[in-house]
Amino acid sequence: MANKVAIVLLVCIGMVVLLAISELPLYGSPDTPAQNYVAERYIQGALDDTGALNMVAAIVIDYRAYDTLIETTVLFTAIIAVFLVLKKGTEGKGEQK
Amino acid sequence: MTDFVLKRMVALVLPFVQMLGLYVIFHGHLSPGGSFSGGIITGLSLIAFSLVFGLERGHEKISERLMGLIESFGALWYGAMGLVGVLRGTTFLMNKGAGVPLGEPGRLFSGGLILLITLGVGLKVASTMVTLFNALMEEEE
Amino acid sequence: MNPQVTDLLNIAFLGFLVVIAIAVSYVKDLLYAAILLGAYSVTIALVWLLMSAPDLAITEAAAGIGMTTLMIAVISKIGRKVE
Repeated sequence: MANKVAIVLLVCIGMVVLLAISELPLYGSPDTPAQNYVAERYIQGALDDTGALNMVAAIVIDYRAYDTLIETTVLFTAIIAVFLVLKKGTEGKGEQK
Repeated sequence: MTDFVLKRMVALVLPFVQMLGLYVIFHGHLSPGGSFSGGIITGLSLIAFSLVFGLERGHEKISERLMGLIESFGALWYGAMGLVGVLRGTTFLMNKGAGVPLGEPGRLFSGGLILLITLGVGLKVASTMVTLFNALMEEEE
Repeated sequence: MNPQVTDLLNIAFLGFLVVIAIAVSYVKDLLYAAILLGAYSVTIALVWLLMSAPDLAITEAAAGIGMTTLMIAVISKIGRKVE
C-alpha cells in the first residue's frame, strides 16, 4: 500500500518538475532574466577593475569577496565540528572516576 | 598497505600531482581553477601518501600542529588581506579602489590581492582535507 | 563543437547520471556506493565542461574524488556491509 502511494507521489512530483522545466528559457538564449545589465557590467569591466584574466576568479574573489570570506569560515566551522565529535583531547585524561 | 608496485607508482606520481595542485592555485586568476580545486588536489596528494605509506609517516612529513597552524592562518590571512583596504582609507576587501597595483594582465603577478587571497584559501582547503582525513582515520584506543 | 554532437553527448551523460542514481539505491555494498559517487561526480564534471564551465568542472571532479576518498577511508573502518 505504502509502496503504491510512494510511486503515485513520485509521478506527481515528476510531472510538476517537468512542467516547471518546460517553462524555462532555452540554454544560452540571450533574453533570459540572468543576462541583465549586471552580467554585462562584469563582462565589460572585470579586466579593468581587477586585472585578472579569469573572470570567475575576478567575481569570486573581488566583486563577491564577502561570500568567499564566509565560505572560508564555513570550512573552519566544519573542522571545529569534526574535532568536537571525533577528537579526544589530552586535557583531563585520567581524571575520570 | 605493503604492495611494492603501489608504493613505487605513488612515489613516482605524487610529485606531479602536487605540482598540478600548486599550479592550479597559483594560476587561479589566469586559467580555470582556483583556490578550492587546487587546495583539494594538493590535500589529496598528501592523503594518498598517508593512505599508501601509513599514517605515521604522513604525520612525520607534516605534523598535526603545523596543520592546525595552517588551518587558522588561512582564515586569518583572508581577513588581513581585507584590512589592506581599511588601512588605505576605503572599505573592507577593496582591491583596485585601495590603490593596490594590479600589474599587467596575463602575467603571474597580476590581479592585486586576488593571488594572495587565493594562496591563503588554497592552503586552508588543503589542510582542511588532510585534517578531516586524519581525524576520521585515527585509531580509537 | 557541432551543436548536434553536443546535444547527443549531453543526453548520453545525463542518461548515465540517471542510471548511476538508480544503481546507488540498489547496491548493498557501501564501497560500491562510494565508487558510484565518484563516477557520478566525474560524469557531471563532463556535463559542466560541455556547458563551457571549466572552473566548475575542475572543482566538481576534485571535490567528488576527495569525498570518495574520505568515504572509502571511513568504510575501511566501519566495514563494507551494513544491513
